[in-house]
Amino acid sequence: MGADHDMRATMATLPVPELDRVPFAVAPRLADASVAIVTTAGLHTAEDDRFGLLDPAFRVLPHGQSDLRMSHNSQNFDRSGIMLDRNVVYPVDRLDELATAGVIGRVSPNHFSFMGAQQDLSTILSDTGPQVAKLLRDQGTDVVLLTPV
Amino acid sequence: MFESAGIATVALVSMIEVASRMHPPRALYCDFPLGRPLGRPDDPEFQHRVLADGFGLLASATEPTLVRFPESLDDEVDVPLTCPMPARMDPSLPPAVDEMRGLRRAFDRAASGGVRTALDPDEVEAALFAFDRVVAGTPWAEAGIPDNPLTAALAIRAYYEQAAAGLSDHVPAARSAETWFAATTAAGALMHAALDELRAQKAPQPFWFYILPVSQHRA
Repeated sequence: MGADHDMRATMATLPVPELDRVPFAVAPRLADASVAIVTTAGLHTAEDDRFGLLDPAFRVLPHGQSDLRMSHNSQNFDRSGIMLDRNVVYPVDRLDELATAGVIGRVSPNHFSFMGAQQDLSTILSDTGPQVAKLLRDQGTDVVLLTPV
Repeated sequence: MFESAGIATVALVSMIEVASRMHPPRALYCDFPLGRPLGRPDDPEFQHRVLADGFGLLASATEPTLVRFPESLDDEVDVPLTCPMPARMDPSLPPAVDEMRGLRRAFDRAASGGVRTALDPDEVEAALFAFDRVVAGTPWAEAGIPDNPLTAALAIRAYYEQAAAGLSDHVPAARSAETWFAATTAAGALMHAALDELRAQKAPQPFWFYILPVSQHRA
């Protein structure tokens, strides 16, 4: 068993937010959908501020922007994969291929990144998360692919 | 909050115990190395299979649904990546700083399809000098550690992982570059010594515990 097995065993013991009700949106037909990625990988453009320790803010990742940076604060995941191929976390090239093939309707203009390994989720739940939801809705996104690291 | 706004989500989850308690609307559990939610770098066919299973939930799920991707991938934390290392060039420098300078070409040779670390080499060098002073006995708060020990340590580790990506002729197994850094390089040795010294100096627990991945801590 590897290091990730041990990490999963540790994480399984931590408390998680208890939701009274799980919202469940009506899914569109994928071939008609505008799809965006929301990741917790701590990604941003070269011009953006880095993520600070326990930073609950988000960064906008314009689709087509290929010069990306990672400033995630956690030590406990592999970085070598994304350093070779962004698609292993942030599959924008795969979405382009799916759009070209007509599997998805189109790729949304912007994607978004938070930084995972948070301790206090209150700002994300009450502030920055809803801000991203509004930005997604305003740009016509129907489907979000969530890629936590 | 996305679903409340009418946006359907598909989550590639990596922690099945956590996901099963949170009931995300549509979740595909991928038993892959942490940090690689689509599994295999530079393998578009594999990544498309993961996406097909995930997006397939949009049509099939009518209530919170968690399914498992049929293949698992393991990390290889016990197998350090083999990388050609630079020769010692300047004996007047701490070994880790000399080594780090020697890896600069590999660091700069980052893959065009990859994501680079946001932390720049000057900070990495300053951090290595500072941790070298800590190991020599300078109180950690007076050693000139850029920002804080955790961020400085992350800068060093990320520099080495990016250099490993430039040195390796194949996609490294997950965590093998991490183990190469922590177990075989001069900088890794420095960080192990710094962890012990920061702990002995009673630095705040996160400032020594997290300066190396937990998987690299020695008993």
